Amino acid sequence: MADTGIIIISHVYEIAEGINRLIQEVAGDVSIKVVGGLSKSEIGTSFDSILEAINENQADNLLAFYDLGSAKMNLEMAKEMSDKSITIYDVPLVEGSYTAAALLQAGVSKDDIEQQLKEIQIAK
Amino acid sequence: MNVETGIRWMELFNEKVQAEKDYLTQLDTPIGDSDHGNNMSRGMTHVIEAIEAQKPDSLEELLKLITTNLLSKVGGASGPLYGSAFMGMLKAQKEDNIPWSAVIKSGLESIQKRGKAEAFDKTMIDVWIPVVEALENNQLTDAVIDQAVESTKPLKAKKGRASYVGERSIGHIDPGAYSSGLLFHAMLEAEAE
Repeated sequence: MADTGIIIISHVYEIAEGINRLIQEVAGDVSIKVVGGLSKSEIGTSFDSILEAINENQADNLLAFYDLGSAKMNLEMAKEMSDKSITIYDVPLVEGSYTAAALLQAGVSKDDIEQQLKEIQIAK
Repeated sequence: MNVETGIRWMELFNEKVQAEKDYLTQLDTPIGDSDHGNNMSRGMTHVIEAIEAQKPDSLEELLKLITTNLLSKVGGASGPLYGSAFMGMLKAQKEDNIPWSAVIKSGLESIQKRGKAEAFDKTMIDVWIPVVEALENNQLTDAVIDQAVESTKPLKAKKGRASYVGERSIGHIDPGAYSSGLLFHAMLEAEAE
């Protein structure tokens, strides 16, 4: 599943980095890029840095996870501007990205991963 | 609307945003994340700098410049929403002889596509919808805009950061509605000059 990677968007630098540390434990071989905050100290999400992370991710198929609503809007705009295939999931950020990362590492198919993610879907 | 009026529109919008930056943040404090004033101020500063540097000579060029700057520089939810608004306007403006009301309407549709808000969700579109209606009937006035902004006050937020506080959002003007009000007041002023 080397062609499928993960992208994680949070409003806060430490949240994104923390989740990355968490999922690296179970998914060392998965291509993961995280974007947190406008900078290390500024809270927010930026369309430019999301697009950059999408381009920097080695994988062409990306499973995308985010924290709050405005992150999703920036993510959707970046998705429209990118040639990569990106799927955005309305799931809790930690649980969702952890699930996807662990399953990708285990070689599970995207369809099966989506099935699992569906079970933890929330209104976001 | 031509490019000269469009530039004047942005200059006036910028003046209003800078003058009311603290008030925008104040509106965003009880029901949001207190960043709307700073975000809009930063975004509009970049728009004005870009206009001065690039000197757009068509309305399309101007709208494109506004779109990219708002999208990249505003941050928060307002960046993609205002960016989408001007992107929608740019798309419509490319058609021949399209009336200005249809251009603004395309901006509104673009915001709705991005933010998925409906009327009365207590968002910026509660200003954009009545503004488009009034423009179509040639009846847009400052009073129409003010009334639309004020109408967000009793609403309970169903979209955006304010929706997290639910009932507590009632009784506050929506900050995005207020900044949209500034945008349309600036438009009327620019057109009247």
